[in-house]
Amino acid sequence: MPAWAVQLIAHHVRPKIMHNDQFVATAPPDRPPLTSGPSSLPVALTVNGSTHVVDLEPRVSLLDALREHLDLTGSKKGCDQGTCGACTVWVDGRRVLACLSLAVTCEGRSVTTIEGLAAGEELHPMQRAFIECDAFQCGYCTAGQIMSAVALLEEGNATTDAEIAESMSGNICRCAAYPNIRAAIREVRDAGEGGHRATA
Amino acid sequence: MSSAIGSPIDRVDGPQKVTGAARYTAEIVLPHMTYAAVVAATVASGRVAVIDTGRARGAEGVLAILTHEDLPKLAEPHLLPSLAGAAAPGQSFFPMQKDVVHYAGQPVALVVADSHERAQYAASLVEVTYERAPSITTIDEGRDAAYEAERLFGGLLPARDERGDVDTAMAEAEVRVDVAYRFAANHHNAIEPAATTAVWDDGRLTIYDSTQGIRASQLTVAQLLGMPLSDVRVITHFVGGGFGSKAMVWPHVTLAALAARHVGRPVKLSLTRQQMFTSAGHREEQEQQLAIGATRDGRLTAMHHEKLSITSPFDDWAEPATGVSSQLYACPNYRGEHRLVRGNTMTPTFTRGPGEAVGVFVLETAMDELAHELGIDPLELRVRNHAAVDGHGNPWSSDGLEECLRHGAELFGWAGRNPVPRSRRDGDWLIGTGMAAAAYPVPLFMPTQRARARLYADGSAVVQAGTQEFGTGVLTAMTQVAADGLGLPLGSVRFEAGDTDLPNVSSAVGSAGAGMISAAVHAAATALRDQLVATAVADADSPLHGADPATIEVREGRITQREYPGVGETYGELMQRNRLADAEAPGSWTPPPLDTPHGLLTFGAQFAEVAVDPEIGLVRARRMVGVFAPGRVLNPKTARSQLVGGMLWGLGQALLEGNRMDPRHGRWGATSLGEYLVPVNADAPEVTVDFVELTDTVVNPLGVKGVGEIGQVGVAAAIGNAVFHATGRRVRELPMAAELVMD
Ligand code: FES
Ligand code: FES
Repeated sequence: MPAWAVQLIAHHVRPKIMHNDQFVATAPPDRPPLTSGPSSLPVALTVNGSTHVVDLEPRVSLLDALREHLDLTGSKKGCDQGTCGACTVWVDGRRVLACLSLAVTCEGRSVTTIEGLAAGEELHPMQRAFIECDAFQCGYCTAGQIMSAVALLEEGNATTDAEIAESMSGNICRCAAYPNIRAAIREVRDAGEGGHRATA
Repeated sequence: MSSAIGSPIDRVDGPQKVTGAARYTAEIVLPHMTYAAVVAATVASGRVAVIDTGRARGAEGVLAILTHEDLPKLAEPHLLPSLAGAAAPGQSFFPMQKDVVHYAGQPVALVVADSHERAQYAASLVEVTYERAPSITTIDEGRDAAYEAERLFGGLLPARDERGDVDTAMAEAEVRVDVAYRFAANHHNAIEPAATTAVWDDGRLTIYDSTQGIRASQLTVAQLLGMPLSDVRVITHFVGGGFGSKAMVWPHVTLAALAARHVGRPVKLSLTRQQMFTSAGHREEQEQQLAIGATRDGRLTAMHHEKLSITSPFDDWAEPATGVSSQLYACPNYRGEHRLVRGNTMTPTFTRGPGEAVGVFVLETAMDELAHELGIDPLELRVRNHAAVDGHGNPWSSDGLEECLRHGAELFGWAGRNPVPRSRRDGDWLIGTGMAAAAYPVPLFMPTQRARARLYADGSAVVQAGTQEFGTGVLTAMTQVAADGLGLPLGSVRFEAGDTDLPNVSSAVGSAGAGMISAAVHAAATALRDQLVATAVADADSPLHGADPATIEVREGRITQREYPGVGETYGELMQRNRLADAEAPGSWTPPPLDTPHGLLTFGAQFAEVAVDPEIGLVRARRMVGVFAPGRVLNPKTARSQLVGGMLWGLGQALLEGNRMDPRHGRWGATSLGEYLVPVNADAPEVTVDFVELTDTVVNPLGVKGVGEIGQVGVAAAIGNAVFHATGRRVRELPMAAELVMD
């Protein structure tokens, strides 16, 4: 949905209806105590070309698996609700929100994170362009922005500024580096150095 | 003197940030880490009647559950802005000391488990039964009990400001504008949610904290726990944005420390996005009224500016809204007042452009109305009324407002604008343009700031100050300041921050960071340079022996006589001969006294063009221009980014951002980024930023007035004035709802 439509809808549903109506917790009903979580099992995750076998409970998100179990903390947790895009990674080359993906569902797939973008010391052209264009401030959304931006070029969705703006609107930057993010994407596009495989 | 200061160099932390190597607080790895989850109150007022932790305790991996029944008693918190350099809890109330519930979202239990998922799951098993009391969470509910505040900001500022005889002057004014505005609450929503990791070692506490002020975290936790400061160390390398939400030290920081002590292992406490709406303050719901009296030729004769807002049960907190309206324009009769309603929210807090982002919206919207009423160009009305001195008759430390207005008008193409509303169309869109003046106070109530510089005999240097990088570019700008101070190339200097064991500076808030930290860094770097110059002139073996130090300069690590650049030697040669493996100097800066006889504002000008679809009330900002006079600009690249970010915050403030309490439950309507809308890429037009350069010899040694807030101030008014120009409708509520804009 375009951003203006989101804005419009949000304005029209005011005042907000509470959807989370649990304000007085009642005594627990009679039910068997469910105190253990689902037990963990070994999951083979292929991330940035290497395969790791980790013990994961099925409820572990891909994002938490990366951050807490594989110590790949480049992908960020901004909301854990699928609303900010900070956790954007590629699964089999497609952009996904790692906070909304269960790690177990990524077995047998190829996951790429920001840590896998540079070729050794050599930054990906998009990473270089982000630095040159000052396309970030705090840097917390940046991994997600760059993973989206590179995919965008690959997908051919960056022909105009309006298209870039629209397609990048799933990645919130609260520092609001948006004009510079667009400039970085344009720069890489115009230099023809785009896509996933630029350094692969 | 300088070459690095003022150059648009790339961020020194850029490579770390674009590769994912930069570690933020929740990404610090410690052995035997445990994870904490907060159980938050679901009622807005009352008490915890029963808290049943039985099932949660039995859950797998749970190590501890803390409630008001077992949390140790803490010292009483006293609210004080962190810039002041004392303990800075965000509110004078610490949860879980008793069974009382003052606001929804207040922590009532803390679960610690051996994994993130297990902690979250066990938290969901804690059964809390509340005795609910009636709550007040909106201004409307508490309006009858509104009272006039005496002081604001933890007592730092008076709540009332008055000069002349407002009532008489208003009654006699030839023209009057009297307008009232309403504002929904705002939330910072930095993309990194707050997080704290705490670990104890032999009675000493180390905290990794997502904060705008490591020193404030240290002072606050030490005070609440009754510990000596030397036993509390706070480390923060990267922070994922603050915008005020990390300017004060909120309860979760101390809770993490308590939990870690309790379980004897490191505890990582990350707040969820939902919890961030009730854990780190917000900009309060408020109403403002501004009456202006003027002569027919557009001279202001009287102003009366009132703010009514809702605060917590325990603090008289309101963002001061009259710091600009009382000073920007010459007006002999002025009254500013703040009234409060006590309600069941946490204590509100600084939110970008604290106070003035809203106060200036009101002022600059009223000025637009006055210009319209009088048939005077809005820009000329500002120029005509701009004060030459502040409210106490003191000259500005530096000004630049008129230059900003004129230069902005030129960049924007303001001249020749047809002022008649609804006079421009583009297909179905109505087009309008608007402008506003901008100003933001320069705060000087920080204590002495300190830094340290060390030079090695190989000519490389490390300069340190205990600040933290949350996107301002401080690491980059301070590297530039240090390089110039030492006379070294940029590449030879590393600026280190992020640890309270380093020399202390205050929290980076209120746009004060760049000015105060650069002052300390400059002092340390130049002290070290002077020390080595003194060594050289005293050294019989130095080519500079006997020279007057005043005639000596250092460039690119080479000490020379200014008049005879051929005569000299490098730092390295001097140090090796003198058997100095390294050399070190501290530096400090104490701000001018609070009664410094100068007006202290940073000025700017904002211009916006909007397109409005009058059928559906849709407003799109098409282009924005901002020109600012922030004194010396240490790094125009990062400063520009911060100003663009601020301007887009202004766009969000005008068009998107607002949260409302549901009075039935006393809880926020929006608790996610899907419901609380912030600008996304497609909302952001191209933004032009430019500077008016000026020298300020009052505020600090380098004359830096700061860029953190001024970018946002005035934008909402420029957009609102443009919406009026496009549609003929004055929207008196932010964010501007579609139904208020549409025909
Ligand atoms: S963390 Fe996944 S979308 Fe925000
Ligand atoms: S750089 Fe801070 S959120 Fe984008």
